[in-house]
Amino acid sequence: MTDASMTDLSYPGAPEAGLKDYFALLKPRVMSLVVFTALVGLVVAPVPVNPFIGFVAILCIAVGGGASGALNMWWDADIDAIMRRTKSRPIPSGKTTPGDALALGLALSGFSVVVLFLAAGPLAAGLLAFTIFFYAVIYTMWLKRSTPQNIVIGGAAGAFPPMIGWAAATGDIALESVLMFALTFMWTPPHFWALALFVKSDYGDAGVPMLTETHGRRSTRRHILAYTLLLLPVALGLGFTSIGGPIYLAIAVVLNLQFLGGAWKLLRRDEAQAEADGYAAEKKVFKISLGYLFLHFGALLIEAALRPWGGSWQILSGLVGA
Amino acid sequence: MRVEHELHHRRRGRNLGVGLLLVGFVALMFGLTVVKTLSLGNIVELERFDHVARPQLVPQEEAPAQ
Repeated sequence: MTDASMTDLSYPGAPEAGLKDYFALLKPRVMSLVVFTALVGLVVAPVPVNPFIGFVAILCIAVGGGASGALNMWWDADIDAIMRRTKSRPIPSGKTTPGDALALGLALSGFSVVVLFLAAGPLAAGLLAFTIFFYAVIYTMWLKRSTPQNIVIGGAAGAFPPMIGWAAATGDIALESVLMFALTFMWTPPHFWALALFVKSDYGDAGVPMLTETHGRRSTRRHILAYTLLLLPVALGLGFTSIGGPIYLAIAVVLNLQFLGGAWKLLRRDEAQAEADGYAAEKKVFKISLGYLFLHFGALLIEAALRPWGGSWQILSGLVGA
Repeated sequence: MRVEHELHHRRRGRNLGVGLLLVGFVALMFGLTVVKTLSLGNIVELERFDHVARPQLVPQEEAPAQ
């Protein structure tokens, strides 16, 4: 075999895929959320983890998330080429081939699951393998193009990382890790649907059913409120578990009241009102949702950081008693 | 004198990147091995992985009577 036979782009002057193009296949922006929530899951777990094992676990979760992103881009190359938001991705822009994305996705999936198994055990590795399978097969191949609830289903894949982080530390699944999963899972639909209300999407042209187009904007507003209501007990409930505390609860109460208030306002508006003020309320709810998840997980980190001093409940009772 | 194919020039950055990733992978596996080994309660336990019967690993009460 010659060098020239290895790729159809190997003639002089042809665009050559660089490392950054392969890195773009891993959806780095999604990876950053995965890394943060997985790190929180690992740090707040009651079992101390060797820092190097923790680093390897987070790396594997990030790489596994990236691998599922590459598999998603391989499968969705046809619709990515149609939509404005996605047509500059490496495959539709001609920087890499679909075969490259498939090979990278499969190789990194295998790498991340096997190394996580060696570093953190079978439960964490099994959960990561299931997450990759869920996102690449159940969401991307099966349900994304067939149901307007695709955002809800896709959200489950994004919700697993804190649970994997927890499993890497404890080797177990607990109420706390399930609630961290539920928090991200319930947050995803109102977050994306708020965005869908004010961004002109071309999902319809690509044949992807989005709630705003299949059921209308009125129904989308109702769905946003419903999920925000479902999110409330999950977010507050987490505050009463072993990883919560008064700081988390105070932050959660403020954020959930804000989010719920915004969702209620969205329900009471119609399209004419929204267009009149340039979708100001919709944009505000989306902005609230961006900070919502980050601040909840950040609050859990603060609670974990206070644990060496007896935890925030004890610190608070000490301050009240003083 | 060996003339290098121009393809190697064009792919230099990518090849260097792949090389660094491989070095990183080796470092990762080495570090993991060191940490896992040091975390064993008794370092003698490591010998259990080489599939060689060693009398000193058999607990005293289970050792066959001489």
